[in-house]
Amino acid sequence: MAEKILMKGNEALAEAAIMAGCRHYFGYPITPQTEVAAYMAKRMPRIGGTFLQAESEIAAINMVIGAAAAGKRSMTSSSSPGISLKSEGISYMAGCDLPGLIVNVQRGGPGLGGIQPSQSDYFQATRGGGHGDYHLLVLAPNSVQEMADLVFKGFDMSEKYRIPCMLLADGTMGQMMEPVALPERSAETIDKPWALTGTEGKRKPNIINSLALAPHELEEWNLERFKRYDIIRETEQMSESYLMDDAEICVVAFGIAARVSQNAVDTARAMGIKAGMIRPITLWPFPEKALKTAADQCKAFVSVELNMGQMIEDVKLSIECCKPVSLCCRTGGMIPTPDEVVAAIVKANEGGKQA
Amino acid sequence: MSTTQVLIAGFGGQGILFAGKFLAYAGLLQGRNVSWLPSYGPEMRGGTANCSVILSDTQVGSPIVGRPDILIAMNLPSLEKYENEVPAGGCIFVDSSLVNRPVKRDDVKVFPIPATTISTEKGYDTLANMILMGHVIAHTHVIPDEMIRPAMQKVVSARHADLLEKNIEALNLGLNYQA
Repeated sequence: MAEKILMKGNEALAEAAIMAGCRHYFGYPITPQTEVAAYMAKRMPRIGGTFLQAESEIAAINMVIGAAAAGKRSMTSSSSPGISLKSEGISYMAGCDLPGLIVNVQRGGPGLGGIQPSQSDYFQATRGGGHGDYHLLVLAPNSVQEMADLVFKGFDMSEKYRIPCMLLADGTMGQMMEPVALPERSAETIDKPWALTGTEGKRKPNIINSLALAPHELEEWNLERFKRYDIIRETEQMSESYLMDDAEICVVAFGIAARVSQNAVDTARAMGIKAGMIRPITLWPFPEKALKTAADQCKAFVSVELNMGQMIEDVKLSIECCKPVSLCCRTGGMIPTPDEVVAAIVKANEGGKQA
Repeated sequence: MSTTQVLIAGFGGQGILFAGKFLAYAGLLQGRNVSWLPSYGPEMRGGTANCSVILSDTQVGSPIVGRPDILIAMNLPSLEKYENEVPAGGCIFVDSSLVNRPVKRDDVKVFPIPATTISTEKGYDTLANMILMGHVIAHTHVIPDEMIRPAMQKVVSARHADLLEKNIEALNLGLNYQA
């Protein structure tokens, strides 16, 4: 591994994208992800890549569609309100089976909201966000190192399955600096026979399109896509377990909430409570298998989120509501303190349900 | 095995984030786990700014410092805001040129230093942050003295290499300060 350097999460993910072979970045500034665009503006021209500040978020995502259709690794990044604007384009990418990376460094909402860290776009990310029957691959980093590592993972998976990938971070992940070793690996080259690269008169033209007026044809497309989703659900679930071997109380948290919860689990352990944590790394596919296994052993679950309770639905679905699941949350850009999470763990341990 | 949580707070423009980055790099160069988290709200534009730094021999959990072992308050609003968050036995460092009241707590160690006055008098304008940092290192040994130069080399960009010695000199003023 390379020497560890201190980098902001936003910069680490931008550099990782370049290392992963991305040469086309289309963006529009918004706090707290502006460093991604700033970094790309500085680096891309030096390596023969394209940095383009579009006239709007909508334009930026449509430029990603164009570059992706030509078979190029491309990406865009924004924060919550900007992602809402991109949602139409993301739905078109899904409908066209185009790969690409969309980064959401979340801030509090709804509406223009605030600029402090949030996880309130969980539903939007994991349920698709735009119109139509589709999913995105959704990855949730909890450190600057993962901000970089998951960019590689995201591009690779996205191209392998031809499904757009969203990296779902938050303001703290984007703004904090931690030591990071940028992966010393070259971009995985994935064959793209479907790409619009010019026929040179040697093959039939490829067509990339999301319009199918005949309903049976559209159904066929969707069913084919859902076969890929089934494979992804079966093979790509990722999570990290922390002190779960003998855990009776299972905290479920991702991103910054998982960092806070780790402290809380340590404190609860020091108090004699057998607490552990499952940290989803893929939010879609949700790590149902790990949760289901934990349900055999744990007496209660605590979902810790920076929203009013969104992931908790997936926790309940994963364990088929066979154990109580309580919620510990803050919203609007507030972050729960470790003490608040400890209180939720204590309450779950006593058998009471958190209001 | 130890973890030190540091909160540096003051006005935007006082070099709060830079001082935090210096500390984080010193920890990294020692092979420790570190995190650095800035405030990035509108406070950066003229109000209060703060920066959480954690140095640890184990994995860093939450990067948010809510209960600082070491509080560095570079203005009065910062002291007002965070004084009561320091756990008993913790340390509070204040720039006594700008904080015109004593620390009220009697269960913490208090280390005032007129950093801004010293910086102006000795010709180190804008380096009160480093004078304070030297004072912190002298009294807490949060980083070993031999890490000062290598860490400073990491945070002073090549473009401003001429400021490297100036920063180290300012830091030494705080390191050797006698109240």
